[in-house]
Amino acid sequence: MAVSQTINRALRTLPAWTIYIVGALYAVWQFWLALNQVGPYLVEPINVLERAYGEVGLILMVVGLMVTPLRQWAGVNLIKFRRAIGVTAFFFVLAHFLVFAILDVQSLERVWTEIVKRPYVTVGMASFLMLIPLAVTSNNLSVRKMGAASWRKMHKLTYPAAVLGAIHYLWLVKGFQLEPIIYLVVILGLLSLRMKWNRARVAA
Amino acid sequence: MAYRWTNDLTQADITPKAAYLNRRQILAGTIGLGAIGLAGRANAQELEANTLEEITSYNNFYEFGTGKSDPAQNAHQLVTSPWSIKVDGMVDNPGDYALDDLLAGLSVEDRLYRFRCVEAWSMVIPWNGIELADILNKVGVQSGAKYVAFETVVQPENMIGVQRRVLDFPYVEGLRLDEAMHPLTIMATGLYDEPLANQNGAPIRLVVPWKYGFKSIKSIVRITLTDKEPPISWNVANPREYGFYSNVNPEVDHPRWSQASERRIGGGLFAARQDTLMFNGYPEVASLYDGMDLSVEF
Repeated sequence: MAVSQTINRALRTLPAWTIYIVGALYAVWQFWLALNQVGPYLVEPINVLERAYGEVGLILMVVGLMVTPLRQWAGVNLIKFRRAIGVTAFFFVLAHFLVFAILDVQSLERVWTEIVKRPYVTVGMASFLMLIPLAVTSNNLSVRKMGAASWRKMHKLTYPAAVLGAIHYLWLVKGFQLEPIIYLVVILGLLSLRMKWNRARVAA
Repeated sequence: MAYRWTNDLTQADITPKAAYLNRRQILAGTIGLGAIGLAGRANAQELEANTLEEITSYNNFYEFGTGKSDPAQNAHQLVTSPWSIKVDGMVDNPGDYALDDLLAGLSVEDRLYRFRCVEAWSMVIPWNGIELADILNKVGVQSGAKYVAFETVVQPENMIGVQRRVLDFPYVEGLRLDEAMHPLTIMATGLYDEPLANQNGAPIRLVVPWKYGFKSIKSIVRITLTDKEPPISWNVANPREYGFYSNVNPEVDHPRWSQASERRIGGGLFAARQDTLMFNGYPEVASLYDGMDLSVEF
């Protein structure tokens, strides 16, 4: 456990708000690259920016889901970062939605049509809507007001939100592509780990 | 052949090199002035060719990876010389033709065409190519032939996407014979008067401007005349989403996205969408489909 101790010690001095700062800087940096059509944004910045924000949102959801298993199985404690990771994930998904609505689809009417008519958009939208109450209640006041038990229960919405996010990705690509499948498998793996662990605890 | 297609767009319509190299700065300036949303709502006839940089760095060529920049990164490994094309099936002169022999004596023409991807983006491309009809007439189409099938090269060690089996390679495509003989249909060997870049389908590719881009099969090594509708790769992969005809049609949506509008590549982060035109703005092909329900035979 020497490695996990070292990691825990190294992270002890790092404040959680670093996640917000890094997240915001990264989002702004990507937007600036897209605006100036640099690097991957050279030719079609809208689509690439839309995907970049969406993918970071999905990655952060996966990282958020890793916090508990990492503590249980590897002794690495990232719990103080979890709220920041989750809220930053929400902001990236929000940015992803805004690029989709404003820059890509470009009209409210068409946004609605897309949500209703395209299953992969419906699924992505459902995931986004689930994240909204989670982001709004990601503060100590809400935990106190709601009570820890019901707060925790509501925040289990992260599970379906992550699964729907991965399905959204899998559904929008053409042909047999590996990346979205990897996300879905990792998310389902992390969730199944949790189920086993819960059952084990109940048995004990 | 009823007629040869005459280009109503001339060289003069093609943006001079100096101007297209500078277009991004001009556009950036326009946006700076607050003209967002006005730029790009162009009249269908006002075609401005995309830059060579745009055309060569944003591609679908799944043999080289599924990312839009993968082909530009990986296609240099494709070996395009020597190149021969196998012509077989219902033809008078079948055989393995060296590319130069197949094209010898045929005229290369400039064709400024709209190019509409099934993913709802589009470009305008100044192709140099030969009418497919000229090639087919040269090899001699036999009377019973009804379709033309095409096949893309497979060089597994040079094409990383082939190893990943994103599709069932080799990539295959096909046209009905009357579509293939239509004067709009060309076999492109260059663009902007330069040989095709590998990611654009060097050394020779099909261009069917009124159909979605995936019909315009790249790096062709085989042409087969047949009396049966040939399989086409995307239809084999997903018959619900991709039909044999795949004509550009704003009224028939892809099951997962709308085909009513498109984004012209090159407009930057604030590019406005524009309406997609029936047959991609080539109404002269409509008669090929008389009596067909295009929402069924999509």
